[in-house]
Amino acid sequence: MPGKVKLHYFNGRGRMESIRWLLAAAGVEFEEKYITSPEDLDKLRNDGRLMFQQVPMVEIDGMDLVQTRAILNYIASKHNLYGKDLKERALIDMYIEGMADLNEMIIIFPWHPPEEKAAKLALIKEKTTNRYFPAFEKVLKSHGQDYLVGNRLSRADIHLVELIYNVEELHPGLTTNFPLLKALKTRISNLPTVKKFLQPGSQRKPPLDAKCLEAAKRIFRLP
Amino acid sequence: MPGKVKLHYCDGRGRMEAIRWLLAAAGVEFEEIFLETAEDLDKLRNDGRLMFQQVPMVEIDGMELVQTRAILNYIASKHNLGKDLKERALIDMYVEGMMDLNEIIIMLLTYPPEEQVNQLALLKEKTTNRYFPAFEKVLKSHGQDYLVGNRLSRADVHLVELIYNVEEFDPGLTANFPLLKALKTRISNLPTVKKFLQPGSQRKPHEDMKTMDKARKIFRF
Repeated sequence: MPGKVKLHYFNGRGRMESIRWLLAAAGVEFEEKYITSPEDLDKLRNDGRLMFQQVPMVEIDGMDLVQTRAILNYIASKHNLYGKDLKERALIDMYIEGMADLNEMIIIFPWHPPEEKAAKLALIKEKTTNRYFPAFEKVLKSHGQDYLVGNRLSRADIHLVELIYNVEELHPGLTTNFPLLKALKTRISNLPTVKKFLQPGSQRKPPLDAKCLEAAKRIFRLP
Repeated sequence: MPGKVKLHYCDGRGRMEAIRWLLAAAGVEFEEIFLETAEDLDKLRNDGRLMFQQVPMVEIDGMELVQTRAILNYIASKHNLGKDLKERALIDMYVEGMMDLNEIIIMLLTYPPEEQVNQLALLKEKTTNRYFPAFEKVLKSHGQDYLVGNRLSRADVHLVELIYNVEEFDPGLTANFPLLKALKTRISNLPTVKKFLQPGSQRKPHEDMKTMDKARKIFRF
């Protein structure tokens, strides 16, 4: 079907998962073309379709877009999930960049050598509990509204709920002392599009397991 | 003066420099409040002024904004340095690539000396083989004076800052990229940018170990 959104990545979460969440929440259908070998990646590169030789790459509205933030920004703006004006966007950007810093630690976590994993996990828990979750709980407390910004759904809510799920997978107790975050997670999870995405059989990807990690190392030619 | 833009950071480039470049290019005056000690950073944190306990922080239009990209996005949008949705997608894509390369530069002096040698080699390799070819190709593809939309955008400002940064490590890195060199000249000649490139401006000098040692004390790393 012409004009369909197509995601190019390997069959795992990595840097593409936030994009899947946002598309799903916005009710946008998408196809996925999985990279399963280094040769698949080489072909995309040799065909000149990856501006910086990297994925994620998303075909959307006639563009081959790369760079996670560029892709997310475009989808969010197009589907009115980026605030209504400049100042709302500033708040959204500030919040989601903090989330991206924490999420980055989670994305990279499986790649650490075993001897480093315990320390990295401890760092993730510490930052979640002492820096990031308190900051977002405080935002919700400050205005008492159902959404982080502008009293309506924005990408900030979607990225935060994805983050909460990710963090809870590493350690379920981490949301215990954050009642407003828990309530936001429930509310957003009950939106029809998000609810569908959270069901088995959706395009949401499971956590990276050892097999998938090995496949990714092979595809990206990493040690 | 009420409403003046105020930057909170240490007296060095780090993650604030791209913000200084953009404000300067947009012709926006700003003040700087330099962190000199770890206690200065503590005070900002204890006063609840840093959402994630980190700088850069910029006071602008009644907000205390943190997160480099949030700050840059706000300034760029406010001063028309990137137009409609599709142009913004291109600008974002280009700028994110530039930030990936610039990140190597920002982090360089935080590594032990042996690792710095490797990172420098990586910087040169990525500049020559990945990033500069990508941007040269964009300029070649449309033959226009600016990266996007045939007019000045933040992408041009960030790229020229990056070119200056990279040339400080190795002047020869732009040798095979004539269109990038031409862009650098053109942007450097814009009145606001020309002013920023002059001695005595708020542009910070090339990061050295002295600045890094001071930063280590302030940020306790």
